[in-house]
Amino acid sequence: MVDLSVKLGQLTLKNPIMPASGTFSEDLSEVLDLNKLGALVAKTITREVRTGNPTPRVCEVRGSMLNSIGIPSKGLAYFLENTLPFFRHYDSPFVASISAGTVDEFAKLCEDISVPGVAAIEVNISCPNIEEDGKAFAMRPSSTLAVMEKLRSATDLPLWAKLSPNTGETAEVAQAAEEGGADALVVANTLLSMAIDVRTRKPKLGNLMGGLSGPALKPITLRMTYQCAKAVSIPVIGCGGIANLEDILEYLIAGATAVQVGTSTFINPTIMTTLVDELAAYAEAEGLADLSSLIGSVRDGEAADQQFLEALS
Amino acid sequence: MIHQDMDPASARPEAGLKAFEALCTVKSNTSANDDYRLLVLEAPKHILNCQPGQFFHLLCPVTDQQQPYLRRPMSIYRFDADKGELAFLYKVAGEGTAAMATLKPGELFNVLGPLGVGYTIKPEWQNLLLVARGVGLATLAPLAQEAARLGRKLTAICSARSEAALLSTEHFRSLGAQVISVTDEDGSSSVENLQTLIEGLIGSQGVDAFYTCGSNRLLKLLQELGAKHNIPGEIALEQQMACGLGMCQCCVRPFSQNGEVVHLRVCKEGPVFDLQEAMGW
Repeated sequence: MVDLSVKLGQLTLKNPIMPASGTFSEDLSEVLDLNKLGALVAKTITREVRTGNPTPRVCEVRGSMLNSIGIPSKGLAYFLENTLPFFRHYDSPFVASISAGTVDEFAKLCEDISVPGVAAIEVNISCPNIEEDGKAFAMRPSSTLAVMEKLRSATDLPLWAKLSPNTGETAEVAQAAEEGGADALVVANTLLSMAIDVRTRKPKLGNLMGGLSGPALKPITLRMTYQCAKAVSIPVIGCGGIANLEDILEYLIAGATAVQVGTSTFINPTIMTTLVDELAAYAEAEGLADLSSLIGSVRDGEAADQQFLEALS
Repeated sequence: MIHQDMDPASARPEAGLKAFEALCTVKSNTSANDDYRLLVLEAPKHILNCQPGQFFHLLCPVTDQQQPYLRRPMSIYRFDADKGELAFLYKVAGEGTAAMATLKPGELFNVLGPLGVGYTIKPEWQNLLLVARGVGLATLAPLAQEAARLGRKLTAICSARSEAALLSTEHFRSLGAQVISVTDEDGSSSVENLQTLIEGLIGSQGVDAFYTCGSNRLLKLLQELGAKHNIPGEIALEQQMACGLGMCQCCVRPFSQNGEVVHLRVCKEGPVFDLQEAMGW
């Protein structure tokens, strides 16, 4: 029996596979056993009730999708009275996800959601859909540090900072999140993007721009996972475009301790439990007792051309 | 493992799985008329416990020409648990349906469902009036099947561009429905004519409930007539979807409830909604 468990700071997961926020809710319990998952990550909520963005909120591009959902939220009260009690029925750790427009509102919400039943708080400092032109805290190290410091002082629960691919300063933002007190990084949210219907010349999303997710995003968030794992000493949770076992192995080898599966669940709602089984079968076939020898095992010291030259000599 | 201390009211044990991903085998996939095709699948019995108005979320095949990514929601046209059969009536309109059209007998097709909330037929609703246009008739076909099973009197007003485009009229007749066809070609599908026609039916045989789908024009007309004659009704609505299970919040539409506008998910709270709460588009 292979041990698939991984440690994210003080939290131990039975396996490294969990849903990505926004692609999971109570509703998935109608198609699979939630207790087979490593953790359960709720959709981001805000304190106040939010309607979300105008429709259409989704469109597909070649082999991937764009969304501009805009964090519709039933608010904190609904979450505490309904969402949280529902997930208490499952033994996989439950992770709340929160967002807010200002640092102070963010910290207050973080404090108020630090209640029994919440095992960790994922702080969505990277949603491209709620601020003007897709701006978010995690685009810059300074705003990341400022918000994480406030959040850290607001809770004793593990804090997972969800980073953004919409930045040119990946390592610096990751380090700012760590310095600010994050216990883990989730790498990453969706990439700000756009699609236009050439017939009507209208943007395909009601909010004009939205976030790219699905297999097209994977090389980018895999690269970021690699960069972040090199830059910080806290665990990194890889997220972006995972659709099969090989994708998960790539993230683990790149340095991720765990992974989140998102858009693929829309295509194949039982994919996460399938991937848990496939990961166990892989580890067994490879003779691995656990996943530690995989995580961060990328052979990046051996550049391909160097190997080629050595082979020639 | 579900915890033992759970509150039974909100417990969702695994026995409560409601929707299933299943591989079906294509029995046939043929033209129904110039515009529409009929896909008949051999389906496992456990996915065929369907309610009229529910839908399946279809994983359309990737072909040389078409690369659909997301699943496509589609109303059930016919389901038969005894025969193990599930059918969809569709129009080739985009990449997903174009890919569906390439399915050949014997091939496998991945479906997820049944999903959503279907139509209700209250015990006191004896005279049912169904008004639909084009492919909307497909959505209402299982309702006609259920009405026949319950022994309710069903009248179906089928609207289409032309006589040739009228679909399912034979299917409705075979279920014992009184069928009235109206077309754009001869002008009989105009709102004025439909109003006269429906008010005639209300006066002559009585109508206890309206059922419709898809058309903004029909929605407005039936809302007016429903309010005027105090007749309840239901409408099936569409919206672009991603997950189909209620998770992603992509498929919301606005509804008017007690004077407030609320956003509901077509995949989860729908696709069938109260006629008067639906908002035009």
